[in-house]
Amino acid sequence: MNAMFRISGAGRLSQAKTASFSFDDKSYVGIEGDTLASGLLANGVHLVGRSFKYHRPRGVVSAGAEEPNALVQIVRDDARKTPNVRATVQELYDGLTAHSQNRWPSLSFDVGAVNDIASPLFSAGFYYKTFMWPKSAWKSLYEPKIRAAAGLGVSPDKPDPDHYAARYAHCEVLVLGGGAAGIAAALAAAETGVRVILADEQAEFGGSLRFESGARIDGQDGYAWAQAAIAKLKAMDNVRVLSRTTAFGYYAQNFVGLVERVSDHLKSPGRDLARERLWQIRAGRVVIATGAIERHMVFANNDRPGVMLASAARTYLNHYGVAVGKNVGVYTANDSAYTAAIDLKKAGVNIAAIVDLRDNPSGPVIDEARALGIEINFGRAVVSAGGKLRVSSMTVQPKNGGGGRTIPVDAILMSAGWTPSVHLFSQSRGKVAFNAETKRFVPGTYAQDCVSVGACNGTDGLDATVDEAYAAGAKAAKEAGGKAGKGAKPKVDAGESWSRGMLGAAPGAGPGTTVKAFVDFQNDVTAKDIRQAVHEGMHSIEHVKRFTTNGMATDQGKTSNMHGLAIAAEELGKPIPQVGLTTFRAPYTPVTFGSIVGHARGALFDPTRRTATHGWAARQGAVFEDVGHWKRAWYFPKSGEDMHAAVNRECVTVRKVGGLFDASTLGKIEVVGPDAAKFMELLYTNPWEKLETGRCRYGIMLREDGFIYDDGVVGRLAPDRFHVTTTTGGAPRVMNHMEDYLQTEFPHLNVWLTSITEQWAVIAVQGPKSREIIAPLVEGIDMSDEAMPHMSVREGKICGVPTRLFRMSFTGERGFEVNVPADYGEAVWEVLWAEGQKHGATAYGTETMHVLRAEKGYIIVGQDTDGTVTPNDAGLDWAVGKKKTDFVGIRGLTRPDLVAKGRKQLVGLKTKDPKVVLEEGAQIVADPKQPIPMKMIGHVTSSYWSENCGRSIALALVAGGRDRIGQTLYVPMPNGTIEVEVTGMVFVDEKGERLNG
Amino acid sequence: MLLIRCPYCEEERPELEFRNAGEAHIARPTNIAAESDDDFEKFFFIRANPKGVIYERWRHIHGCARFFNAVRDTVTDKFVMTYKAGEPKPAKLPGAAK
Ligand SMILES: [Zn+2]
Repeated sequence: MNAMFRISGAGRLSQAKTASFSFDDKSYVGIEGDTLASGLLANGVHLVGRSFKYHRPRGVVSAGAEEPNALVQIVRDDARKTPNVRATVQELYDGLTAHSQNRWPSLSFDVGAVNDIASPLFSAGFYYKTFMWPKSAWKSLYEPKIRAAAGLGVSPDKPDPDHYAARYAHCEVLVLGGGAAGIAAALAAAETGVRVILADEQAEFGGSLRFESGARIDGQDGYAWAQAAIAKLKAMDNVRVLSRTTAFGYYAQNFVGLVERVSDHLKSPGRDLARERLWQIRAGRVVIATGAIERHMVFANNDRPGVMLASAARTYLNHYGVAVGKNVGVYTANDSAYTAAIDLKKAGVNIAAIVDLRDNPSGPVIDEARALGIEINFGRAVVSAGGKLRVSSMTVQPKNGGGGRTIPVDAILMSAGWTPSVHLFSQSRGKVAFNAETKRFVPGTYAQDCVSVGACNGTDGLDATVDEAYAAGAKAAKEAGGKAGKGAKPKVDAGESWSRGMLGAAPGAGPGTTVKAFVDFQNDVTAKDIRQAVHEGMHSIEHVKRFTTNGMATDQGKTSNMHGLAIAAEELGKPIPQVGLTTFRAPYTPVTFGSIVGHARGALFDPTRRTATHGWAARQGAVFEDVGHWKRAWYFPKSGEDMHAAVNRECVTVRKVGGLFDASTLGKIEVVGPDAAKFMELLYTNPWEKLETGRCRYGIMLREDGFIYDDGVVGRLAPDRFHVTTTTGGAPRVMNHMEDYLQTEFPHLNVWLTSITEQWAVIAVQGPKSREIIAPLVEGIDMSDEAMPHMSVREGKICGVPTRLFRMSFTGERGFEVNVPADYGEAVWEVLWAEGQKHGATAYGTETMHVLRAEKGYIIVGQDTDGTVTPNDAGLDWAVGKKKTDFVGIRGLTRPDLVAKGRKQLVGLKTKDPKVVLEEGAQIVADPKQPIPMKMIGHVTSSYWSENCGRSIALALVAGGRDRIGQTLYVPMPNGTIEVEVTGMVFVDEKGERLNG
Repeated sequence: MLLIRCPYCEEERPELEFRNAGEAHIARPTNIAAESDDDFEKFFFIRANPKGVIYERWRHIHGCARFFNAVRDTVTDKFVMTYKAGEPKPAKLPGAAK
């Protein structure tokens, strides 16, 4: 039953627990605990994808998150088709379905591979040079073609059915990375009693202990020690252990973003489990223990399937029990590849030869390899890999040139050395330092309260790593307030140490050569491309990177950055640190949109605010519109009515009889205190000191620059108490504006501001019958015109509940606004509605409200004004207190531009053809025959069909508008020019008699 | 996400609770109506926008709702200190050589 390349007795997985899966519609059998990559390799499948640009066949390179090649599409169902999943990270589950990407029609025969033959066309900077002209061709021709040809996976085309969780957490010590270093640091910190979180991206902890067969700690095999230590940590109350959790971003003040893959590894996750969980952790101290990533060798055709990192082959063998070939070649510039060869040889795999660039290295692993009878070639290079869909041979030459020989192989293990993973350290804004001796960038200057330990800190050897990490964990905990720990440091009995390696192109791929020796597998960047970029003038590594796209793929150059840098440095004749390292940016590995968005989607994307009468309106069949966060009843269609018919009926009924309108969304602020009137004087243009208690006034609020900021009716409830209303959208910013002035400019005023928007439901009752509808329900208020004139406010009771009853009108009709505590809003509405129906009143929505106010020329701030309109421009000069010596905006109003002639002013427009309704936003010109571009002298701000007027009406901002009243202007539209007459702003009841009608 | 110390709440709270409110220590003239055009321009429109230490206003809008002042480095984004509205510009910044 076991797959061909599964070695019985090797690895840590229980070979009895099989899991079947399919790749490109072919079925395979893996075992539980496999990754998709190890499952495929166990079946001898190396070819897993096509490369981005040249469509070259590609295989598995690594055994971890750094994988540049093995990107696949995982399909769970119609909506769950995840592209660009690294096969080396995706855990196998029974029934997993995966497809290769970027190939057509099939993986082994791909038409796009013609790009490989035509590759001189696709050299560095190709996009920039080739598709420059004409500009219009970008949209119609180049971009679609390039996107089609150079795709990664296919995006899912259905809404994501999964859900994503999110959590915040705090701890004293956060340990990133769960290898030997991270575990040692976490143990030391945890023993002090402080809160510790330990996270690792893998399903199992242990890091490189997964493959380091030579490691022994505390008398156990290294991997077994790691599992025991994790079990111990998990049992501690002060420790949280997170597996399958990648720290992707390190932000300010030790704020770290992590994604936990909760259910991508499960056969049937079920609805209860989130797919992923976003952790946002604030830590007192962070211990970075992210290890190192092995580099590949840069030689011709180093991308053939079967050519992979030595440590990956070792992981597949020692952890998954999988041999990556039967006849394996090794190409290295450091010791660690020897251990891979030794482990494979001991497992019965033939090692064709070890090719070592170094001249005369020595050491125990070399001796051991030799003792096992493995052929070792020093001072030699692999100058080319043979084969196409799978590597078939390696051509070996003396590194300084000379005769070569070709050795048949079915896999090549490479190691050019190890690159410390300084990504998170760098994201924390720490500065890396170049160690010229070891040719590594390691953490230099720290910017935050964090420490790097182990391989990511350039520390070699397991013993030194555990020492360093344990001490750092204890120190971090102590600095974060922990007590002295009582545990013992883990004792390293045996470990492995990786010596150095090489950077840049290997012999045969160096200057002057044009072979395809890949530096960046995912973006198809070769050593030649980088040299060419330098020749074309890219002298900074940031420019080289953008010109060649080296390191810019989804793997962010985890295996390629250092090689690319070394090649550029060599070509520039500069030392590496002078060329500079590119900046590491979040995310460390790709993060799904789902995990970032979390629950904030659909109905939960943004808060929804509903008024007290929402349910009633919904039951009446109201159509709602969004106004900011509010749902407002837009119109109330009767059966058979469209919007137009409903609005016409509502408009006519309000003026003829009356109507009920929910005005609760208007902002309401109570301004209270001994200095309330003084404060109002300063915040509004109008005078307030002399406004009598019980009276109302229409107020205008300016910004300091003199432009209208908000407006609304203000009622004085008492000498020291104002009930201020604002626009619906403006409520929060008006409150902020008032608080700002009160706290910072006028702190001497004794005033309190309270938002009461949600405390009061507001029912506008408007129309000639409005008083008759309300009066029978009111107690304690004399509603006669003498006792309660237009623009007054009274407190009393309606339907037995408290009310602030305003007599005011946004329709031009006799009108009232009934404020009641919001909890009573719907009940009072129902009673008023029943009363209204006796008279034939209608409920009306925001559309009718807009039409009725436009018929009266009442402006809406933010629709008829745009932040550059003064009270004078809006025809509201009467509302500016001429005798006042100060208010916000008083100086702005006298700025030269604001008093200049020819400013745009609000006027009315009547179309010559009364049936034509102008478009809001349409531009206005004086002469329709002038050549294009025409001089635009204004635009339409509000435009409606007015059933009451029997014609269309509009408001517009027009340069010098009031002087143009009576003139004909023109509105050029795609279907012809519309003639309009400039008029005053009032279309109904110019004298305002209906306010008392 | 930055942590910002509210000088009224006297504790560090996440950036999400705050809103920036522009440069600090620009007092509204007491007799603003009498300001010259040039002076008004300086007061209302002209801002320092420095690279480095900036004095700016913040509001703990989703907390105590108070406006306060902060010293922040625009290069590192680090808050040097915060202090209450109305307090003078600090003569000396803690731990800063510049
Ligand atoms: Zn506060």
